[in-house]
Amino acid sequence: MASIKIRAKAKGGITTVKTLMSHPMETGLRKDKKTGEKIPAHHITEVSAEHNGNVVMTANWGGAISKNPYLSFKFKGGASGDKIKISWVDNKGESDSMEAAIK
Amino acid sequence: MNQTRRKFLKTATYIGATTAAIGSGVLLPQRVLGAYNAEAFAAKDVNSALTASMGSDQLTASDAIKLKAPDIAENGAVVPVTVSSTLANVTAISIIASANQSPLTSSYQLTSVCEAFVSTRIKMGKTADVSAVVKADGKLYSASKEVKVTIGGCGG
Repeated sequence: MASIKIRAKAKGGITTVKTLMSHPMETGLRKDKKTGEKIPAHHITEVSAEHNGNVVMTANWGGAISKNPYLSFKFKGGASGDKIKISWVDNKGESDSMEAAIK
Repeated sequence: MNQTRRKFLKTATYIGATTAAIGSGVLLPQRVLGAYNAEAFAAKDVNSALTASMGSDQLTASDAIKLKAPDIAENGAVVPVTVSSTLANVTAISIIASANQSPLTSSYQLTSVCEAFVSTRIKMGKTADVSAVVKADGKLYSASKEVKVTIGGCGG
């Protein structure tokens, strides 16, 4: 299940990472229009980013992040060919991770 | 070779393989992640969400924080928000949508190599102030901007 897309670019000593994940991101507040029942919450809770095995950033998310989340961040260092790894875990315990090389 | 010995060998091989998998981290993809702060996301008002996520609700308004968000969001389900700051030693950033049922949308822990920059897309229930709260040198700084929402993104 490849649910993560990563674009990482190093320029002037700073690496910009852009990532897209595919996830429904249900808040738990929305109602099913046909049955009137609440759709249970199902959203990513934690995202972590690693550069060559070292964690550079972790994010805690609530249900208020849009469906199919986009996240971008920058860090110092990082060279072309270095590995960037993004992993997420959701509130149902599902998880995924993806690795990509910096351009 | 008797039946019991064969069984034993089979089991031993299986256990061995499983242990190796745990050891190499194959079965533990979440081990690098920090503790999830459920309390902060369950909080219904801005102050308690901030106290739970950032340790305090004492904010200082700061010009050194740049919050980029649209003036009018046509669709509250997708509101692009970019936070950047020129403050030194930024360790955490939180994005707050004050009128949401749970105001804290997300918080980011940045290590020392990170630039003070985060960009994402949030959901907003209705027109409200979006705040970026930045923790630098242990103090909290904030910048806010009103975003008008024409269609809500949280339910309905």
